[in-house]
Amino acid sequence: MHLVYPAVLSALLFCTGLYGVLARRNAILVLMSVELMLNAVNLNLVAFDVWLSRAARDTLHSGQALTLFTIAIAAAEIGIGLAIVLAVYRNRGTSDIDKLRDTAERPDGAEPGPAAAEKTEATA
Amino acid sequence: MNPALALAAAPHGFLSPTGVEIAFLLVGLVTFGAALITVTTRQLVHAALWLVVALGGLAVEYLLLTAEFIAWVQVLIYVGSVVVLLLFGLMLTRAPIGRSPDADSGNRRAALAVALAAAVALVWVVVDAFRTTWMDLSGPAAGATHVTGASLFRYWVLPFEALSVLLLAALVGAIVLSRKAKADDRAGAGGTTAADGAPAPAPAGKDSAR
Repeated sequence: MHLVYPAVLSALLFCTGLYGVLARRNAILVLMSVELMLNAVNLNLVAFDVWLSRAARDTLHSGQALTLFTIAIAAAEIGIGLAIVLAVYRNRGTSDIDKLRDTAERPDGAEPGPAAAEKTEATA
Repeated sequence: MNPALALAAAPHGFLSPTGVEIAFLLVGLVTFGAALITVTTRQLVHAALWLVVALGGLAVEYLLLTAEFIAWVQVLIYVGSVVVLLLFGLMLTRAPIGRSPDADSGNRRAALAVALAAAVALVWVVVDAFRTTWMDLSGPAAGATHVTGASLFRYWVLPFEALSVLLLAALVGAIVLSRKAKADDRAGAGGTTAADGAPAPAPAGKDSAR
């Protein structure tokens, strides 16, 4: 098989995930897009490992080992990420990342009105 | 003979694809389409279900690349647990069933421009670099369980063990993040409902809270 096929597919999947991370508003959809990007990297690692194990007589199989590590780290990442999203949802009542602007710089020291009102409403 | 024809007439030409290549291409199209729907659909639960299709398609691609152990790990961990976690997360944040009008933020066009530019650049570079590279898939599988296990436990033992520590840290971190603070418990008048726990670590979190 040509190496181009998996490499191009992985590049396209990575860019799909990139679009999702930049364009989505719900935090969980952003996490899904991150998963897509990680999977694109995994496909690249596996394809190059299969190629090198024949072309360069590579017996280390670093690509497949790194793929397994990436999968494990992605599982840990999704667990922590969802815990953070749920904590934010419990405190703020939303998982909309466009509304989490507490650390944003505001022009000419405007009052953080709506966010504070929303927070008190969520805790009440 | 122009270069394109020479490329096509080479021993492994693009105009005479092998069966594995055709299968890879078809499954790749399904995977890419499912990924596109995942990042564009307005129905949140459908996005998670299309993600299952994309990840399952990737598992088939691993099988076609003779990396069978990775393929089954992909099915077990991604399709089996990560998507379930995502669905739990969607439910616990009370994601709307059906179309939600605000799934995409305002910077959609900028995101599209960035993604298209990145795609063009990456595909161009990759095709330019590897258009004549041929992977030999015949012979014993490069990713059979025996081979993967031998390399993992012969050369990669230390990272493997470090990774188990990382998983333990992630487990503890998820529990700590998802349980409510004690003071918060007293302040909230019986506010802890069962639906407020985190998905996977919820039972463990309750255990440690007792």
